[in-house]
Amino acid sequence: MIFRFGGDQSAFDPHGPIARSIATHGWWLLLVCIAVYFIVMTAFFIALARRRRETDDLPETSARLTRNVGIAVALTVLILIGIATSSVVAGRGLYSPSGAGAITVDVVGHQWWWDFQYHDITPSDVFTSPNELHIPVGVPVVLKAMSTDVIHSFWVPNLMGKRDLIPGIVTNTWIQADEPGVYRGQCAEFCGHQHAHMALQVVAEPMDKFQQWVRHQREPASEPSTDEEKRGKDVFMQSPCVTCHSIRGTDAGSHVGPELTHVGSRLTLAAGTLPNARGHLAGWIVNSQSIKPGNRMPPNALAPDDLQALLAYVRSLQ
Amino acid sequence: MSRRRVFVVAFCAVSLVAAACEREIRPFQTLAVASARTQKPVLSPLFPGGQPLPEPNESPFQQNAYGTAEGKRLFDQFNCTGCHSHGGGGMGPALMDDTWIYGSEPANIFESIVEGRPNGMPAWRNKIADQQVWQLVAYIQSMSGNEPIDVLPSRSDHMRYSTPENARRAQTPVQTHAP
Repeated sequence: MIFRFGGDQSAFDPHGPIARSIATHGWWLLLVCIAVYFIVMTAFFIALARRRRETDDLPETSARLTRNVGIAVALTVLILIGIATSSVVAGRGLYSPSGAGAITVDVVGHQWWWDFQYHDITPSDVFTSPNELHIPVGVPVVLKAMSTDVIHSFWVPNLMGKRDLIPGIVTNTWIQADEPGVYRGQCAEFCGHQHAHMALQVVAEPMDKFQQWVRHQREPASEPSTDEEKRGKDVFMQSPCVTCHSIRGTDAGSHVGPELTHVGSRLTLAAGTLPNARGHLAGWIVNSQSIKPGNRMPPNALAPDDLQALLAYVRSLQ
Repeated sequence: MSRRRVFVVAFCAVSLVAAACEREIRPFQTLAVASARTQKPVLSPLFPGGQPLPEPNESPFQQNAYGTAEGKRLFDQFNCTGCHSHGGGGMGPALMDDTWIYGSEPANIFESIVEGRPNGMPAWRNKIADQQVWQLVAYIQSMSGNEPIDVLPSRSDHMRYSTPENARRAQTPVQTHAP
């Protein structure tokens, strides 16, 4: 894996100030360690090859050797202090944004998905975007991380370092992307059965496109337009879907599972497990346990035409 | 001790440990399929074409630590606590005592949730999936200690509100009404 330097989930391909300082720090650490390794190994092999000499037992030689060992120890301590300082500086960067945050987003960890809640002074403008964090390019975004069940860890390798989400405690971090793009993140603290499938997408876009996305997300769900979609809405409201999921603008208002108001416009399903396509959605609704065993969504044995109608409605929630 | 006796003791110890693993089994797929019921209200005792197949009266989630723990989570998340509190009762009856108005068998509890009961219990048919109802049934049984001790929850994810289920005294069910 270490040889895969690029990609949308790689700490070796930084696209933000925190990731860059961590990468720089990492490379320096590697260089220093390689240099120290070769120096120590060279000294070791010289010592192996060297024969004893008569002058070895003289007091001057002994004094010189003591001085050399002293210098080596001092150098080691200095290098270690240097590494420690550099580590602390790189680590501190994770907690103190460079400048005031443009926006604040709550990151809420659930088994096994992410919820991003966008703050606003007007309560009706607060909205959530499950598993997909949209950020404007070039400005720091403050993240308040929390968890509803167990400890998770928020990690987007291209943009920032890891930050733990701890139940009952709000931890702060920030994120900034310098170029537009889609970056993949991943839970970095083992959190149960589907920890490996607890991924997220960070979509970094220019400020005007980001604002447009925010305005769209604030809107309630679109009304079903065709007969099939209307029937699908009825199926949704009369089946167990409604007990866990919410769709703003309808009677569905539960917050046990992810919100579905604009689910049709998302990139992935099931926390980055599947691309957002009709077939995947059907499989997920009917028997999600075969895709992500142990996840919290129960299987739903819907009649075929009910399922098709439901798919049409959920896909229409753009 | 002879070698044979050492072998027998070791074999028994390993078997005991292996038997204890049962409670943690989580065959998610099989559990889900085996727990489904046909969700149709029975309106008449007459059935065309003879009697239908009997409905399962319990599910693999009963006497299973995973099912009980999931039920405990859902009990909070579906706001059962709103009426029943954490088992002590409030607007709704207490669930951690020995009194069972409509029966203490898993099938009775399932019916109480799915069909609803007079004086306030809503019917959750088509609102909670069968698998989740069975998980709730498992947890509700555990509240009064009517599950094996190794299955009962020993802790809560949130602030502690009462004695852990596995430290409560098991209540012998008493039914106050004819079912």
